[in-house]
Amino acid sequence: MGGYAAYVWSSYGVSAGVLGLCVATTYIRLAWLKRQLRRRETELDDPK
Amino acid sequence: MYRWFHQLGSPPYFYRLARRLEPWLAIAALLLIAWGVYGGLVKAPPDYQQGEAFRIIYVHVPSAWLSLFVYTAMAVAGAVALVWRMKLAEVFVTAAAPLGAAFTFLALVTGSIWGKPMWGTWWVWDARLTSELILLFLYLGVIALNAAIEDRRSAARACALLALVGVINVPIVHYSVEWWNTLHQGPTITRFDRPAMAPEMLWPLLWCALGFNFLFFWLQLPRMRYELLQREARSRWVARELGSE
Repeated sequence: MGGYAAYVWSSYGVSAGVLGLCVATTYIRLAWLKRQLRRRETELDDPK
Repeated sequence: MYRWFHQLGSPPYFYRLARRLEPWLAIAALLLIAWGVYGGLVKAPPDYQQGEAFRIIYVHVPSAWLSLFVYTAMAVAGAVALVWRMKLAEVFVTAAAPLGAAFTFLALVTGSIWGKPMWGTWWVWDARLTSELILLFLYLGVIALNAAIEDRRSAARACALLALVGVINVPIVHYSVEWWNTLHQGPTITRFDRPAMAPEMLWPLLWCALGFNFLFFWLQLPRMRYELLQREARSRWVARELGSE
């Protein structure tokens, strides 16, 4: 890609990074919320 | 059709449907983007003026299209939320804003990286770039508004209103290159009368754009599921769904 390789690869790198972060945060947040809700359900069912 | 639309408005029905659709949307998005990027980076010949640097369009243009598409979709959902008080439409607006902001950020950053070798500068205050930056601020405004108001319904309604008001910026971004003298190039793809791009360069771009659309819907569904779980945490269907997963 000659002298422009750094520009091209940095564009693809930034895009992959940002979109990968979107995917990761979306599913981590969802998993975390589900865990919280399940824990609360268990506490309601089985109060100490 | 009406019955299906009515069913779609029901949070438990939507939650189950979204969970089933997500893997298919993910597969479609990844395959289309991989195919488009392969076509753009490997198969397409270098541009006669821009050389290899033109290959940035395969991430820049789909991001820019999605930045406009997502905001327009948010405005439509916002109108539905305000007029019919549809819960899912409210959830759509608040869930889509961060994704739209990510696409807008990517359009600006990749455009800037393209600008350096082509224009000799990272940034100019021309109409296209400035209106796209305003679009990013509008997305950030929706995100901030959503975070600032505690009551979920009030927050969603405020966000819907901002989405509706801000949609005026979408045609400004799109037509800025025609209405004003800009450093940014004019329309290339939407000129169906005289295609300004060779098919071997155009097809990978269209695959990438379609892939980005699937990517948006793939990520939008779990984000909407998150919002629904948060809002309806005390409903019976949430306990049922969590138990069955």
